[in-house]
Amino acid sequence: MITAGIDMGAKYIKVVILKDDKIIGKSNVPTGFDQTESAGKALEAAAKEAGIEISSIKHIAATGAGRKIAPLANSTITEVSVAAKGATYFYPSVRTVIEVGAEEGRVVKCNERGKVEDFAINEKCAAGAGSFTEAMARALELKLEEFGEISLKSDKSIPMNAQCAVFAESEVVSLVHAKTPKPDIAKAVHDAIASRIVSMVRRVGINEDVALVGGVSYNPGFVDSLKRGLETTVVIPDQAEYIGALGAALAAGERGE
Amino acid sequence: MMSDDKKEFWRWKEYNWRDENKDWKGAELISAGVDVGSVSSQAVILVDGELYAYSNMRTGSDSPNSARNAMNWALEDTGMTYDDLHYVVGTGYGRVNVPFANRAITEIACHARGGNLMYGPTVRTILDMGGQDCKAIRCDERGKVQNFLMNDKCAAGTGRGMEVFADLLSIPIEEVGDLSLEVDEEPPPVSSTCVVFAKSEASSLLREGWSKKRVLAAYCSAMAHRVVSLLERVGVEKDFAITGGIAKNSGVITRLTKELNLEALKSKYDTQIAGALGAALFAKTLMEKQRKSA
Repeated sequence: MITAGIDMGAKYIKVVILKDDKIIGKSNVPTGFDQTESAGKALEAAAKEAGIEISSIKHIAATGAGRKIAPLANSTITEVSVAAKGATYFYPSVRTVIEVGAEEGRVVKCNERGKVEDFAINEKCAAGAGSFTEAMARALELKLEEFGEISLKSDKSIPMNAQCAVFAESEVVSLVHAKTPKPDIAKAVHDAIASRIVSMVRRVGINEDVALVGGVSYNPGFVDSLKRGLETTVVIPDQAEYIGALGAALAAGERGE
Repeated sequence: MMSDDKKEFWRWKEYNWRDENKDWKGAELISAGVDVGSVSSQAVILVDGELYAYSNMRTGSDSPNSARNAMNWALEDTGMTYDDLHYVVGTGYGRVNVPFANRAITEIACHARGGNLMYGPTVRTILDMGGQDCKAIRCDERGKVQNFLMNDKCAAGTGRGMEVFADLLSIPIEEVGDLSLEVDEEPPPVSSTCVVFAKSEASSLLREGWSKKRVLAAYCSAMAHRVVSLLERVGVEKDFAITGGIAKNSGVITRLTKELNLEALKSKYDTQIAGALGAALFAKTLMEKQRKSA
Protein backbone atom coordinates (compact mmCIF):
# COMPACT_ATOMS: atom_id res chain seq x y z
CA MET A 1 0.00 0.00 0.00
CA ILE A 2 1.21 3.48 -0.88
CA THR A 3 0.51 6.31 1.57
CA ALA A 4 1.73 9.89 1.95
CA GLY A 5 2.19 12.46 4.68
CA ILE A 6 2.28 16.21 4.15
CA ASP A 7 3.78 18.42 6.85
CA MET A 8 2.51 21.97 6.30
CA GLY A 9 5.12 23.86 8.32
CA ALA A 10 5.42 27.61 8.89
CA LYS A 11 8.56 27.82 6.72
CA TYR A 12 8.72 24.58 4.70
CA ILE A 13 6.30 21.99 3.42
CA LYS A 14 7.60 18.45 3.60
CA VAL A 15 6.17 15.34 1.94
CA VAL A 16 7.05 11.70 2.54
CA ILE A 17 5.65 8.82 0.46
CA LEU A 18 5.70 5.29 1.91
CA LYS A 19 5.21 1.95 0.23
CA ASP A 20 4.46 -0.76 2.79
CA ASP A 21 6.02 1.49 5.44
CA LYS A 22 9.27 1.99 3.46
CA ILE A 23 10.22 5.49 2.32
CA ILE A 24 10.14 5.69 -1.49
CA GLY A 25 9.91 9.44 -2.05
CA LYS A 26 10.22 12.74 -0.22
CA SER A 27 10.38 16.44 -0.94
CA ASN A 28 10.86 19.76 0.83
CA VAL A 29 9.68 23.09 -0.61
CA PRO A 30 9.46 26.57 0.94
CA THR A 31 5.94 27.36 2.17
CA GLY A 32 6.00 30.67 0.32
CA PHE A 33 2.96 32.87 -0.25
CA ASP A 34 0.48 30.27 -1.41
CA GLN A 35 0.52 27.29 0.96
CA THR A 36 -1.93 25.22 -1.10
CA GLU A 37 0.06 25.66 -4.29
CA SER A 38 3.37 24.87 -2.55
CA ALA A 39 1.85 21.75 -1.00
CA GLY A 40 0.73 20.58 -4.46
CA LYS A 41 4.24 21.11 -5.80
CA ALA A 42 5.80 19.25 -2.89
CA LEU A 43 3.46 16.29 -3.43
CA GLU A 44 4.29 16.18 -7.15
CA ALA A 45 8.03 16.32 -6.47
CA ALA A 46 7.85 13.47 -3.96
CA ALA A 47 5.70 11.37 -6.31
CA LYS A 48 8.21 11.94 -9.09
CA GLU A 49 11.07 10.80 -6.86
CA ALA A 50 9.07 7.73 -5.89
CA GLY A 51 8.23 7.09 -9.54
CA ILE A 52 4.49 6.89 -8.89
CA GLU A 53 1.33 8.74 -9.87
CA ILE A 54 -0.37 10.81 -7.16
CA SER A 55 -3.59 8.92 -7.95
CA SER A 56 -1.99 5.66 -6.77
CA ILE A 57 -1.62 6.99 -3.22
CA LYS A 58 -4.25 5.29 -1.10
CA HIS A 59 -4.37 7.71 1.81
CA ILE A 60 -2.80 11.14 2.38
CA ALA A 61 -2.61 12.54 5.91
CA ALA A 62 -1.69 16.16 6.58
CA THR A 63 -0.04 17.64 9.65
CA GLY A 64 1.62 20.92 10.65
CA ALA A 65 0.30 24.42 11.24
CA GLY A 66 -1.46 24.58 7.84
CA ARG A 67 -2.78 21.02 7.86
CA LYS A 68 -6.43 22.02 7.45
CA ILE A 69 -5.82 23.51 4.01
CA ALA A 70 -3.55 20.78 2.59
CA PRO A 71 -4.73 19.79 -0.91
CA LEU A 72 -5.77 16.18 -1.58
CA ALA A 73 -5.45 15.21 2.08
CA ASN A 74 -7.86 12.49 3.24
CA SER A 75 -7.31 13.25 6.91
CA THR A 76 -5.36 15.39 9.34
CA ILE A 77 -3.26 14.48 12.34
CA THR A 78 -1.66 16.64 15.05
CA GLU A 79 2.04 17.53 15.11
CA VAL A 80 2.38 15.87 18.51
CA SER A 81 1.19 12.46 17.25
CA VAL A 82 3.37 12.51 14.14
CA ALA A 83 6.48 13.46 16.11
CA ALA A 84 6.07 10.33 18.24
CA LYS A 85 5.28 8.08 15.29
CA GLY A 86 8.05 9.44 13.11
CA ALA A 87 10.81 9.32 15.73
CA THR A 88 10.01 5.79 16.92
CA TYR A 89 10.07 4.60 13.28
CA PHE A 90 13.83 5.19 13.29
CA TYR A 91 14.53 4.62 16.98
CA PRO A 92 12.03 2.28 18.65
CA SER A 93 13.73 2.86 22.02
CA VAL A 94 12.94 6.58 22.03
CA ARG A 95 10.61 7.73 24.81
CA THR A 96 11.07 11.50 24.63
CA VAL A 97 10.86 13.38 21.36
CA ILE A 98 11.93 17.02 21.32
CA GLU A 99 10.92 18.93 18.25
CA VAL A 100 12.13 22.45 17.61
CA GLY A 101 10.76 24.09 14.51
CA ALA A 102 10.78 27.65 13.24
CA GLU A 103 7.88 28.88 15.37
CA GLU A 104 7.19 26.10 17.81
CA GLY A 105 8.88 23.89 20.35
CA ARG A 106 7.35 20.61 21.41
CA VAL A 107 8.20 17.81 23.79
CA VAL A 108 6.39 14.49 23.44
CA LYS A 109 6.57 11.55 25.81
CA CYS A 110 5.67 8.31 24.05
CA ASN A 111 5.49 4.55 24.62
CA GLU A 112 7.17 1.74 22.69
CA ARG A 113 4.43 1.74 20.06
CA GLY A 114 4.92 5.40 19.30
CA LYS A 115 1.74 6.45 21.13
CA VAL A 116 1.66 9.81 22.86
CA GLU A 117 1.54 9.68 26.68
CA ASP A 118 2.15 13.32 27.52
CA PHE A 119 3.36 16.47 25.83
CA ALA A 120 4.17 20.16 26.24
CA ILE A 121 4.08 22.84 23.57
CA ASN A 122 5.38 26.36 23.27
CA GLU A 123 3.77 28.17 20.40
CA LYS A 124 3.29 31.51 22.13
CA CYS A 125 6.82 32.81 22.29
CA ALA A 126 9.73 32.81 19.84
CA ALA A 127 12.28 32.53 22.67
CA GLY A 128 12.12 28.72 22.48
CA ALA A 129 11.94 28.32 18.72
CA GLY A 130 14.09 28.39 15.61
CA SER A 131 13.12 31.95 14.69
CA PHE A 132 15.11 33.06 17.71
CA THR A 133 18.40 31.65 16.37
CA GLU A 134 17.61 33.01 12.91
CA ALA A 135 17.09 36.51 14.27
CA MET A 136 20.30 36.33 16.31
CA ALA A 137 22.35 35.01 13.37
CA ARG A 138 21.04 38.00 11.39
CA ALA A 139 22.08 40.39 14.15
CA LEU A 140 25.60 38.91 14.01
CA GLU A 141 25.59 39.02 10.20
CA LEU A 142 26.26 35.30 10.00
CA LYS A 143 24.64 32.58 7.95
CA LEU A 144 22.60 30.22 10.10
CA GLU A 145 25.04 27.34 9.34
CA GLU A 146 28.05 29.42 10.39
CA PHE A 147 26.23 30.59 13.49
CA GLY A 148 25.77 27.00 14.68
CA GLU A 149 29.35 26.02 13.89
CA ILE A 150 31.20 28.91 15.54
CA SER A 151 29.26 28.39 18.74
CA LEU A 152 31.27 25.19 19.28
CA LYS A 153 34.52 27.18 19.35
CA SER A 154 33.58 29.00 22.55
CA ASP A 155 34.26 27.76 26.04
CA LYS A 156 32.78 30.80 27.78
CA SER A 157 29.37 31.06 29.40
CA ILE A 158 27.84 34.50 29.01
CA PRO A 159 24.34 34.59 30.46
CA MET A 160 21.74 36.37 28.34
CA ASN A 161 19.51 38.69 30.35
CA ALA A 162 16.74 39.00 27.82
CA GLN A 163 14.21 36.24 27.52
CA CYS A 164 12.37 37.83 24.61
CA ALA A 165 13.80 37.32 21.10
CA VAL A 166 13.15 40.98 20.24
CA PHE A 167 15.04 42.22 23.32
CA ALA A 168 17.77 39.59 22.86
CA GLU A 169 18.50 41.09 19.48
CA SER A 170 19.32 44.43 21.13
CA GLU A 171 21.39 42.56 23.71
CA VAL A 172 23.36 40.81 20.98
CA VAL A 173 23.99 44.16 19.31
CA SER A 174 25.32 45.51 22.64
CA LEU A 175 27.61 42.48 22.98
CA VAL A 176 28.90 43.12 19.45
CA HIS A 177 29.58 46.75 20.36
CA ALA A 178 31.38 45.58 23.50
CA LYS A 179 33.68 43.57 21.20
CA THR A 180 32.57 40.19 22.57
CA PRO A 181 33.89 37.48 20.23
CA LYS A 182 31.20 36.10 17.92
CA PRO A 183 31.67 32.45 19.05
CA ASP A 184 30.92 33.51 22.65
CA ILE A 185 27.79 35.38 21.58
CA ALA A 186 26.64 32.44 19.49
CA LYS A 187 27.10 30.10 22.44
CA ALA A 188 25.21 32.47 24.74
CA VAL A 189 22.29 32.49 22.30
CA HIS A 190 22.23 28.70 21.93
CA ASP A 191 22.47 28.21 25.70
CA ALA A 192 19.54 30.59 26.12
CA ILE A 193 17.24 28.86 23.65
CA ALA A 194 18.31 25.41 24.91
CA SER A 195 17.49 26.39 28.50
CA ARG A 196 13.92 27.28 27.43
CA ILE A 197 13.59 23.87 25.79
CA VAL A 198 15.15 22.07 28.77
CA SER A 199 12.64 23.59 31.17
CA MET A 200 9.85 22.43 28.87
CA VAL A 201 11.35 18.90 28.75
CA ARG A 202 11.50 18.82 32.55
CA ARG A 203 7.77 19.53 32.73
CA VAL A 204 7.12 16.32 30.80
CA GLY A 205 10.05 14.43 32.35
CA ILE A 206 13.30 13.25 30.79
CA ASN A 207 12.86 9.62 29.74
CA GLU A 208 15.67 8.07 27.73
CA ASP A 209 16.23 7.67 24.90
CA VAL A 210 15.81 11.27 23.89
CA ALA A 211 15.44 12.21 20.22
CA LEU A 212 15.67 15.65 18.68
CA VAL A 213 13.81 16.43 15.46
CA GLY A 214 12.80 19.53 13.54
CA GLY A 215 14.93 21.96 11.54
CA VAL A 216 16.90 23.24 14.56
CA SER A 217 18.43 19.76 14.98
CA TYR A 218 20.75 20.74 12.09
CA ASN A 219 22.30 23.42 14.27
CA PRO A 220 25.32 21.83 16.02
CA GLY A 221 25.61 24.77 18.42
CA PHE A 222 22.07 24.27 19.66
CA VAL A 223 22.50 20.48 19.88
CA ASP A 224 25.62 20.93 22.01
CA SER A 225 23.85 23.37 24.35
CA LEU A 226 20.83 21.06 24.62
CA LYS A 227 22.95 18.02 25.51
CA ARG A 228 24.71 19.99 28.22
CA GLY A 229 21.39 21.31 29.52
CA LEU A 230 19.68 17.91 29.60
CA GLU A 231 22.79 16.10 30.88
CA THR A 232 22.04 13.20 28.58
CA THR A 233 22.79 12.12 25.03
CA VAL A 234 20.37 12.98 22.28
CA VAL A 235 19.81 10.95 19.12
CA ILE A 236 19.07 12.82 15.90
CA PRO A 237 17.53 10.90 13.02
CA ASP A 238 18.93 11.51 9.54
CA GLN A 239 16.90 14.17 7.78
CA ALA A 240 15.13 15.07 10.97
CA GLU A 241 13.00 17.67 9.19
CA TYR A 242 11.00 14.86 7.53
CA ILE A 243 9.91 13.24 10.80
CA GLY A 244 6.54 15.05 10.82
CA ALA A 245 5.71 14.08 7.24
CA LEU A 246 6.91 10.53 7.91
CA GLY A 247 4.73 10.25 11.00
CA ALA A 248 1.75 11.49 8.98
CA ALA A 249 2.45 8.95 6.23
CA LEU A 250 2.61 6.18 8.86
CA ALA A 251 -0.71 7.35 10.29
CA ALA A 252 -2.10 7.37 6.74
CA GLY A 253 -1.07 3.70 6.54
CA GLU A 254 -3.12 2.86 9.65
CA ARG A 255 -6.08 4.82 8.32
CA GLY A 256 -5.94 3.51 4.75
CA GLU A 257 -6.35 -0.10 5.83
CA MET B 1 21.62 44.46 9.98
CA MET B 2 20.14 47.53 8.43
CA SER B 3 21.54 48.28 5.00
CA ASP B 4 22.41 51.87 4.19
CA ASP B 5 19.77 52.39 1.53
CA LYS B 6 16.95 51.07 3.71
CA LYS B 7 14.89 53.71 5.41
CA GLU B 8 14.60 53.21 9.13
CA PHE B 9 10.90 53.66 9.73
CA TRP B 10 11.20 52.83 13.41
CA ARG B 11 13.61 55.73 13.99
CA TRP B 12 11.71 58.43 15.89
CA LYS B 13 12.94 61.99 15.99
CA GLU B 14 15.27 63.02 18.79
CA TYR B 15 14.82 66.52 20.23
CA ASN B 16 15.64 68.99 22.95
CA TRP B 17 13.77 71.92 24.45
CA ARG B 18 14.47 74.85 26.75
CA ASP B 19 12.48 77.70 28.25
CA GLU B 20 14.09 80.71 26.60
CA ASN B 21 12.33 83.18 28.87
CA LYS B 22 13.82 81.79 32.01
CA ASP B 23 17.03 83.13 33.49
CA TRP B 24 18.75 80.50 35.58
CA LYS B 25 21.70 82.63 36.71
CA GLY B 26 20.12 83.83 39.92
CA ALA B 27 18.60 80.46 40.74
CA GLU B 28 18.99 78.99 44.22
CA LEU B 29 18.69 75.35 43.24
CA ILE B 30 19.35 73.68 39.91
CA SER B 31 18.47 69.98 39.92
CA ALA B 32 18.57 67.44 37.13
CA GLY B 33 17.37 63.94 36.34
CA VAL B 34 18.61 61.49 33.74
CA ASP B 35 16.52 58.52 32.69
CA VAL B 36 18.64 55.99 30.81
CA GLY B 37 16.06 53.62 29.39
CA SER B 38 16.69 50.56 27.30
CA VAL B 39 15.53 52.30 24.13
CA SER B 40 15.51 56.05 24.87
CA SER B 41 17.28 58.38 27.31
CA GLN B 42 16.05 61.70 28.65
CA ALA B 43 17.66 64.46 30.68
CA VAL B 44 15.58 67.06 32.54
CA ILE B 45 16.86 70.25 34.20
CA LEU B 46 14.76 72.07 36.80
CA VAL B 47 15.47 75.63 37.93
CA ASP B 48 14.07 76.17 41.42
CA GLY B 49 11.68 73.29 40.83
CA GLU B 50 10.41 74.52 37.48
CA LEU B 51 11.04 72.84 34.14
CA TYR B 52 13.83 74.63 32.32
CA ALA B 53 15.26 72.27 29.70
CA TYR B 54 15.12 68.66 28.53
CA SER B 55 16.25 66.28 25.83
CA ASN B 56 15.08 62.95 24.44
CA MET B 57 17.48 60.71 22.55
CA ARG B 58 17.98 57.13 21.54
CA THR B 59 20.04 55.08 24.03
CA GLY B 60 23.32 53.87 22.59
CA SER B 61 25.13 50.66 23.36
CA ASP B 62 26.87 52.21 26.34
CA SER B 63 24.94 53.63 29.31
CA PRO B 64 27.47 56.24 30.58
CA ASN B 65 27.78 57.74 27.11
CA SER B 66 24.03 57.74 26.57
CA ALA B 67 23.56 59.57 29.88
CA ARG B 68 26.25 62.12 28.96
CA ASN B 69 24.85 62.66 25.45
CA ALA B 70 21.35 63.27 26.78
CA MET B 71 22.60 65.73 29.41
CA ASN B 72 24.89 67.52 26.94
CA TRP B 73 21.97 68.04 24.63
CA ALA B 74 19.69 69.33 27.38
CA LEU B 75 22.46 71.76 28.40
CA GLU B 76 22.99 72.92 24.82
CA ASP B 77 22.69 76.73 24.32
CA THR B 78 21.75 77.23 27.98
CA GLY B 79 25.18 78.47 29.02
CA MET B 80 24.92 76.02 31.88
CA THR B 81 27.63 73.43 32.58
CA TYR B 82 27.74 70.27 34.68
CA ASP B 83 29.23 72.37 37.53
CA ASP B 84 26.04 74.43 37.71
CA LEU B 85 23.94 71.34 38.46
CA HIS B 86 23.60 71.14 42.24
CA TYR B 87 22.25 67.64 42.38
CA VAL B 88 21.65 64.95 39.73
CA VAL B 89 19.60 61.76 40.09
CA GLY B 90 19.93 58.89 37.63
CA THR B 91 17.04 56.54 36.91
CA GLY B 92 15.95 53.90 34.42
CA TYR B 93 17.52 50.67 33.35
CA GLY B 94 21.02 52.21 33.15
CA ARG B 95 20.69 54.33 36.32
CA VAL B 96 23.76 52.91 38.06
CA ASN B 97 25.85 53.90 35.04
CA VAL B 98 25.25 57.65 35.11
CA PRO B 99 28.77 58.90 35.90
CA PHE B 100 27.75 62.42 36.96
CA ALA B 101 24.78 61.43 39.15
CA ASN B 102 24.81 61.94 42.92
CA ARG B 103 22.30 59.15 43.38
CA ALA B 104 20.29 56.49 41.58
CA ILE B 105 16.54 55.96 42.19
CA THR B 106 14.31 53.30 40.57
CA GLU B 107 12.24 54.31 37.57
CA ILE B 108 9.03 53.19 39.26
CA ALA B 109 9.49 55.78 42.02
CA CYS B 110 10.55 58.44 39.51
CA HIS B 111 7.60 57.83 37.20
CA ALA B 112 5.15 58.17 40.06
CA ARG B 113 6.84 61.38 41.23
CA GLY B 114 7.06 62.83 37.71
CA GLY B 115 3.49 61.79 36.91
CA ASN B 116 2.31 63.57 40.06
CA LEU B 117 3.66 66.87 38.72
CA MET B 118 2.66 66.27 35.10
CA TYR B 119 -0.93 65.26 35.77
CA GLY B 120 -1.55 66.79 39.18
CA PRO B 121 -2.03 65.22 42.61
CA THR B 122 -5.34 63.55 41.68
CA VAL B 123 -3.60 60.94 39.54
CA ARG B 124 -3.77 57.47 41.17
CA THR B 125 -2.87 55.11 38.34
CA ILE B 126 0.00 55.72 35.95
CA LEU B 127 0.61 53.47 33.01
CA ASP B 128 4.12 53.84 31.67
CA MET B 129 4.51 52.36 28.23
CA GLY B 130 8.22 52.40 27.57
CA GLY B 131 10.61 51.02 25.00
CA GLN B 132 11.30 47.66 26.60
CA ASP B 133 8.84 47.45 29.43
CA CYS B 134 5.38 48.36 30.51
CA LYS B 135 4.51 49.36 34.08
CA ALA B 136 1.21 49.90 35.82
CA ILE B 137 1.84 52.06 38.90
CA ARG B 138 -0.60 52.95 41.69
CA CYS B 139 0.36 56.05 43.65
CA ASP B 140 -0.97 58.42 46.31
CA GLU B 141 -1.59 62.20 46.21
CA ARG B 142 2.08 62.94 46.94
CA GLY B 143 3.29 60.76 44.07
CA LYS B 144 4.43 57.94 46.34
CA VAL B 145 4.21 54.41 44.91
CA GLN B 146 1.55 52.21 46.53
CA ASN B 147 1.81 49.20 44.25
CA PHE B 148 2.99 48.34 40.77
CA LEU B 149 3.18 45.57 38.18
CA MET B 150 5.48 45.40 35.23
CA ASN B 151 6.22 43.38 32.14
CA ASP B 152 9.85 43.56 31.17
CA LYS B 153 10.21 40.03 29.86
CA CYS B 154 8.37 40.23 26.59
CA ALA B 155 8.31 42.77 23.76
CA ALA B 156 4.54 42.47 23.32
CA GLY B 157 3.01 45.71 24.60
CA THR B 158 6.22 47.75 24.40
CA GLY B 159 7.58 50.51 22.19
CA ARG B 160 10.19 48.17 20.77
CA GLY B 161 7.40 45.94 19.48
CA MET B 162 5.78 48.96 17.83
CA GLU B 163 9.09 49.88 16.18
CA VAL B 164 9.32 46.40 14.72
CA PHE B 165 5.86 46.85 13.20
CA ALA B 166 6.60 50.32 11.83
CA ASP B 167 9.60 48.85 10.07
CA LEU B 168 7.72 45.82 8.78
CA LEU B 169 5.01 47.99 7.23
CA SER B 170 7.35 50.82 6.17
CA ILE B 171 5.28 53.41 8.05
CA PRO B 172 7.14 56.12 10.03
CA ILE B 173 6.58 55.31 13.70
CA GLU B 174 5.04 58.71 14.48
CA GLU B 175 2.27 58.07 11.91
CA VAL B 176 1.35 54.55 13.02
CA GLY B 177 -1.31 55.57 15.58
CA ASP B 178 -3.28 58.04 13.46
CA LEU B 179 -3.16 55.78 10.43
CA SER B 180 -4.51 52.84 12.43
CA LEU B 181 -7.56 54.93 13.35
CA GLU B 182 -8.47 55.52 9.70
CA VAL B 183 -10.05 52.08 9.28
CA ASP B 184 -13.78 51.97 8.53
CA GLU B 185 -14.31 48.98 10.71
CA GLU B 186 -12.24 47.68 13.59
CA PRO B 187 -10.54 44.40 12.60
CA PRO B 188 -10.05 41.53 15.06
CA PRO B 189 -6.79 41.99 17.01
CA VAL B 190 -3.60 40.21 15.93
CA SER B 191 -3.82 36.86 17.72
CA SER B 192 -0.10 36.13 18.34
CA THR B 193 1.30 37.46 21.58
CA CYS B 194 4.97 37.22 20.58
CA VAL B 195 6.17 40.08 18.39
CA VAL B 196 8.20 37.68 16.26
CA PHE B 197 5.09 35.62 15.54
CA ALA B 198 2.88 38.69 15.20
CA LYS B 199 5.21 39.74 12.38
CA SER B 200 4.59 36.49 10.50
CA GLU B 201 0.88 36.87 11.18
CA ALA B 202 0.92 40.43 9.83
CA SER B 203 2.76 39.27 6.72
CA SER B 204 0.11 36.68 5.99
CA LEU B 205 -2.67 39.22 6.61
CA LEU B 206 -1.03 41.53 4.04
CA ARG B 207 -0.85 38.59 1.63
CA GLU B 208 -4.54 38.01 2.17
CA GLY B 209 -5.08 41.55 0.93
CA TRP B 210 -5.42 43.49 4.19
CA SER B 211 -4.42 47.16 3.94
CA LYS B 212 -1.50 48.38 6.04
CA LYS B 213 -3.96 50.52 8.03
CA ARG B 214 -6.02 47.50 8.89
CA VAL B 215 -2.96 45.50 9.99
CA LEU B 216 -1.85 48.42 12.17
CA ALA B 217 -5.33 48.68 13.66
CA ALA B 218 -5.20 44.96 14.48
CA TYR B 219 -1.79 45.35 16.11
CA CYS B 220 -2.64 48.51 18.10
CA SER B 221 -5.76 46.82 19.35
CA ALA B 222 -3.82 43.69 20.39
CA MET B 223 -1.32 45.87 22.24
CA ALA B 224 -4.10 47.83 23.99
CA HIS B 225 -5.79 44.61 25.05
CA ARG B 226 -2.57 43.17 26.44
CA VAL B 227 -1.88 46.28 28.50
CA VAL B 228 -5.44 46.40 29.84
CA SER B 229 -4.96 42.95 31.35
CA LEU B 230 -1.80 44.17 33.10
CA LEU B 231 -3.71 47.21 34.42
CA GLU B 232 -6.59 45.08 35.63
CA ARG B 233 -4.27 42.97 37.72
CA VAL B 234 -2.97 46.02 39.61
CA GLY B 235 -6.45 47.61 39.66
CA VAL B 236 -7.25 50.91 38.01
CA GLU B 237 -8.29 53.81 40.20
CA LYS B 238 -9.17 57.27 38.85
CA ASP B 239 -7.51 59.54 37.83
CA PHE B 240 -5.66 57.65 35.17
CA ALA B 241 -2.67 58.81 33.09
CA ILE B 242 -0.36 57.32 30.50
CA THR B 243 3.33 58.16 30.13
CA GLY B 244 6.15 56.93 27.88
CA GLY B 245 6.60 56.84 24.13
CA ILE B 246 3.46 54.83 23.38
CA ALA B 247 1.40 57.55 25.10
CA LYS B 248 1.98 59.45 21.84
CA ASN B 249 0.43 56.68 19.76
CA SER B 250 -3.24 57.62 19.35
CA GLY B 251 -4.04 54.19 17.90
CA VAL B 252 -3.08 52.36 21.08
CA ILE B 253 -4.34 55.02 23.50
CA THR B 254 -7.77 55.42 21.90
CA ARG B 255 -8.36 51.68 21.95
CA LEU B 256 -6.91 51.32 25.45
CA THR B 257 -9.09 54.01 27.06
CA LYS B 258 -12.12 52.67 25.21
CA GLU B 259 -11.56 49.15 26.54
CA LEU B 260 -10.98 50.50 30.07
CA ASN B 261 -13.93 52.84 29.67
CA LEU B 262 -11.82 55.52 31.32
CA GLU B 263 -10.38 58.78 30.02
CA ALA B 264 -6.66 59.40 30.40
CA LEU B 265 -5.58 62.78 31.79
CA LYS B 266 -3.87 65.19 29.40
CA SER B 267 -0.69 67.04 30.26
CA LYS B 268 1.20 70.00 28.87
CA TYR B 269 4.43 68.07 29.49
CA ASP B 270 6.09 65.63 27.11
CA THR B 271 4.96 62.11 28.14
CA GLN B 272 8.44 60.70 27.59
CA ILE B 273 10.12 62.81 30.27
CA ALA B 274 8.09 61.52 33.24
CA GLY B 275 10.96 59.40 34.62
CA ALA B 276 13.68 62.05 34.20
CA LEU B 277 11.35 64.72 35.57
CA GLY B 278 10.63 62.60 38.64
CA ALA B 279 14.38 62.06 39.08
CA ALA B 280 14.98 65.82 38.88
CA LEU B 281 12.25 66.40 41.50
CA PHE B 282 13.90 63.84 43.79
CA ALA B 283 17.22 65.62 43.16
CA LYS B 284 15.68 68.89 44.33
CA THR B 285 14.32 67.35 47.53
CA LEU B 286 17.62 65.59 48.27
CA MET B 287 19.61 68.80 47.77
CA GLU B 288 17.27 70.72 50.07
CA LYS B 289 17.71 68.05 52.73
CA GLN B 290 21.47 68.14 52.32
CA ARG B 291 21.52 71.91 52.71
CA LYS B 292 19.31 71.79 55.77
CA SER B 293 21.53 69.25 57.54
CA ALA B 294 24.72 71.10 56.60
